[in-house]
Amino acid sequence: MKFDKEFDASGLSCPLPIVKTKKSLADMAPGQVLRVVATDPGSVCDMQAFAEQTGNTLLEQGTENSKYVFFLKKA
Amino acid sequence: MAAKKMAIIATKGALDMAYPPLILASTAAALGWEVQIFFTFYGLQLLRKDLSGIAISPIGNPAMPMPVPMPVVVSMLPGMEAMATSMMKAKMKKKGVASLTELRDLCQEAEVKFIACQMTVDLFEFDKADFIDGIEYGGAATFMKFAGETDVCLFI
Repeated sequence: MKFDKEFDASGLSCPLPIVKTKKSLADMAPGQVLRVVATDPGSVCDMQAFAEQTGNTLLEQGTENSKYVFFLKKA
Repeated sequence: MAAKKMAIIATKGALDMAYPPLILASTAAALGWEVQIFFTFYGLQLLRKDLSGIAISPIGNPAMPMPVPMPVVVSMLPGMEAMATSMMKAKMKKKGVASLTELRDLCQEAEVKFIACQMTVDLFEFDKADFIDGIEYGGAATFMKFAGETDVCLFI
């Protein structure tokens, strides 16, 4: 999937993947896509909760090289 | 949709108890919530510019995981608190857990409002110069005003 920006949250624990994802989205334009890579297993549920509560769309999520990958479209 | 609101009373100043208010506040702020933390009694230690004194003790903390079982009489020995604290901090760093200072900075950056309990400042004769900038000083009424409008209100 195409994306405009990437944030690597590998090695970070709760709440940093979410808090820093929010910061990464801050300078993006609506409709742009952020790719987030994380190693925290909690981020799977957390990213869905983040998307639901902020209105940003979680386009896709999966795993890649045993890391969690998310594509978020900025609202 | 109006932003949700959360109020937290932070009453503890030990390393393990310092995390929950700052984790929840920074996360809620990232979700677009309006957040205030009221720091009272030992929680006020979390507003010091220098957080290096925040410690954890195995004494009175029987659930704390230890590398080897440790009788209380050993936990009481001089230097045990410092050892437990440095072990905990090293573990947190290794696991990618943010430092308290980093979490606190993230909260302030996200406009979490910090209110310091004026009564506690007076009680313990704290010097306001030791505290970070950007905090307000108030009392219970200040807290209740905001707490009354919140969706989530926690005492930690």
